Amino acid sequence: MATSFTLNGKAQSVDVSPDMPLLWVLRDTLNMTGTKFGCGMALCGACTVHINGEATRSCITPVSSVAGKKITTIEGLSADGSHPVQQAWMEEDVPQCGYCQSGQIMSAVALLSKKPNPTDTDIDDAMSGNICRCGTYQRIRKAIHRAASMQAGKAKSAA
Amino acid sequence: MTNASVVNRRDFLKTGAAGGVALVIGFHLSASAFADQAQEQEKKTPNPFDAWVRVAPDNNVTLILGKSEMGQGIMTALPMILAEELCLDWKRVKIEQAPTNPKIYDHGTGGSGSVSGSWLPMRRAGAAAREMFVSAAAARWNVSRDTCKARDGGILHGARKNFLTYGELVSDAAKLPVPDFNTVPLKNPNDFTIIGHDTRRFEGQGKATGAAIFGLDSRVPGMLFAVIARCPVFGGKVKSFDATKTKAVPGVRDVFAIDPVGQGAFTAGGVAVLADNSWAAIQGRKALQIIWDEGPAASESSASLRQQFLDNAAKPGKVVRNEGDAGAALAEATKKIEAIYEFPFAAHATMEPMNCTVHIRSDGAEAWVPTQAPQWAQQIIAQTAKLPPEKVIVHTTLMGGGFGRRYQADFVMEAAQVAKVSGKPVMVFWTREDDMQHGFYRPASYHHFSGALDAKGNLAAWKHFQTSTSIEAMWNPKGEENPEKSEFATAAFIPYQTPNYRVEYTLAKSSVPRAWWRSVEHSTSGFVVESFVDELAAAAGANPLEFRLRLIGEDRKIPDFTNLKEGKPLDTARLKGVLRLAAEKAAWGKPLPKGVSRGISGYYSFESYTAAVVEVSVKDGAVKVHRIVYAVDCGRPINPEGVRAQVESAAIYGLSAALHDAITINGGRVEQSNFHDYQMPRIAETPKTEVHVVMSQEEPTGIGEPGLPVVAPAMCNAIFAATGKRIRRLPIRAEDLA
Repeated sequence: MATSFTLNGKAQSVDVSPDMPLLWVLRDTLNMTGTKFGCGMALCGACTVHINGEATRSCITPVSSVAGKKITTIEGLSADGSHPVQQAWMEEDVPQCGYCQSGQIMSAVALLSKKPNPTDTDIDDAMSGNICRCGTYQRIRKAIHRAASMQAGKAKSAA
Repeated sequence: MTNASVVNRRDFLKTGAAGGVALVIGFHLSASAFADQAQEQEKKTPNPFDAWVRVAPDNNVTLILGKSEMGQGIMTALPMILAEELCLDWKRVKIEQAPTNPKIYDHGTGGSGSVSGSWLPMRRAGAAAREMFVSAAAARWNVSRDTCKARDGGILHGARKNFLTYGELVSDAAKLPVPDFNTVPLKNPNDFTIIGHDTRRFEGQGKATGAAIFGLDSRVPGMLFAVIARCPVFGGKVKSFDATKTKAVPGVRDVFAIDPVGQGAFTAGGVAVLADNSWAAIQGRKALQIIWDEGPAASESSASLRQQFLDNAAKPGKVVRNEGDAGAALAEATKKIEAIYEFPFAAHATMEPMNCTVHIRSDGAEAWVPTQAPQWAQQIIAQTAKLPPEKVIVHTTLMGGGFGRRYQADFVMEAAQVAKVSGKPVMVFWTREDDMQHGFYRPASYHHFSGALDAKGNLAAWKHFQTSTSIEAMWNPKGEENPEKSEFATAAFIPYQTPNYRVEYTLAKSSVPRAWWRSVEHSTSGFVVESFVDELAAAAGANPLEFRLRLIGEDRKIPDFTNLKEGKPLDTARLKGVLRLAAEKAAWGKPLPKGVSRGISGYYSFESYTAAVVEVSVKDGAVKVHRIVYAVDCGRPINPEGVRAQVESAAIYGLSAALHDAITINGGRVEQSNFHDYQMPRIAETPKTEVHVVMSQEEPTGIGEPGLPVVAPAMCNAIFAATGKRIRRLPIRAEDLA
């Protein structure tokens, strides 16, 4: 049975088993491999995407549950890495192995959309679901603060 | 064979010696017979234009990486060395992964040895190519070579108008004779513009946009996705299985058993489920009905292993090192200190689970492998496919973490077998549960220390009995090992002076597979040595920093006991240097906020020197780490920013060992299964970490691992300073803090 949703701004329809998690639909059916498999139990955050703007673990989200919803993946943030959070990630040289970073970035973008100027505690709360085995947390924290000021700068110059 | 190739090999072996206590030496010597012959072959010095640098006529320069990138930053560091000698504009450089070809490349990536082992070979390759460009330009202009200089990707003669880009010269240059690598002039380090300068990771953009391709992201037309059902008991085998329900799962294409293969690195076989997508494969596996032959390991448990440790500790062990008479000195000591330290198995838990994609055809094979040892993967696939290795194309992909786990080849053995039966391109991938329960773990171990202080507070005796499941024994056909040559010799190589020094070892038997875990045996040797010396300092009523400095003593070079022939001696001046630097940067001895205490440790591993001062507080049975101040001396830092990143990373990995990592066994199987019962440090647990890098001019040495061994001891020494409680087993338990 086909399920339809909006993926990174475009209409998308897939004909897969309705209980198939969104993660595998993205990766195996649509070959969008930026979203990662880490645990399959919503414990590590590597599979984080946005569903209607909310950071969501796609590994436990049946595709049937996203019918009609808006999904954003790491590929949808920008085509060229120009999103402020991605820019901040590069400037702070955050990634090491890099495997968890799509999920980290998606969690960070969701945080900044709700709290444009987060405190360290806000960051701890919003990012605690994302594991990084390389331990890049210190740089993740710095990059989120940097992205916040980049976005604030942008907002200011736009105003 | 040229002279140059001899030197290259020697350089490589030197690296082996360094890292290698277990990872490289242990691996290459004991496992070489079947695993790594290709890696050990004499290599001819290749034309740098065939191996290391590709220049297009439009002057686009591509540098080739022969090592595997797993997060350690080698994809940036090694090309930086080439680019430096080639006088390139770093911003314009492109980097490509080398094809797997052990006749040209030393692919094996581990033992924190890539930079130290590649330093000279890469400089020479870059310099040789540069000199070939100089010769080509001089010939083109018909001028003498010494009037031509390499600059920013081209050759300059006199005024700027006489400038030829490498792109314009490459067709001539590549045809010239390759200079002798032993005599090719290397740049004066004072002229370095790339080496020693903070450089962002080359593949950082791909990792921030999701475009980076890891092993699990390999996509081949017509491929199937496969998972394997393995016996939950180590070494257990398939007796029989019924796949009726599995075959009814939509998307499942094939189900068959694969055989046990290998020794040292091995797979016990299992039942493979192949499907159109990962989800269908996982669902299909759930529906399998298998009867296992669990084998002899089924009676093993963490409790039975601990009993074995206790039984071993009740008897003398095999003497690894003996100087003076520690027994007599302990008997007559005025002050005697005893301590027992214990460690469980620990899992690597790379974020990207194991996987390997293989396509075997009758005339050749192709594979996409996230591996620290692509040359080994090539050999395994060739053997399985009954093809010559040169018919097996192995693409080394980016890795979502390695930490030693991906120097194993079990996942390649499985994928090769599945691909051979299937005939289609197949990715064998592991779930997190597979990864947690079928890994190769950091050995569990048990250590009994006795130390004696004389009336002046000098170290009168040091005795260390250790018993452990070893990595080395995994590779020995009889399951035995030689502790003088294995990872346990590390603990017999300490910088602290004592006239009476004895180290004993007894091998404990276990069916639980072991392998190199980040910093290998140093993760535990560092803890016990740096904890026990702190206990001695406290018993002597001495400042832990001053006590260490005094026991290390005068500036001298201590021969590497683990490798007397080839190992680099421990330079006590450099060790004291990092201890003092970390102490100074952490304001050692100055007051701290109420409730916060400091601990220190210093350690030599992988030819590098690290020290850490850790600040902690303990409240309600929980420890909080506030700050870690590191000093590291890894010789000349190629990319100081990369060095800092590696040490920050090792800090968290070490924190993980201190706070969480424990794999326990019951009924011959692992009790943990995923991140809910095998916890990882998370962002809220992350202390502020400062890394002070010594801008040394010594030869560069390892940095992927040396940051790890000092974390847990400095942390637990700080806990002692805060609470008076000694932490003698990891991970730290609430009851040990109370």
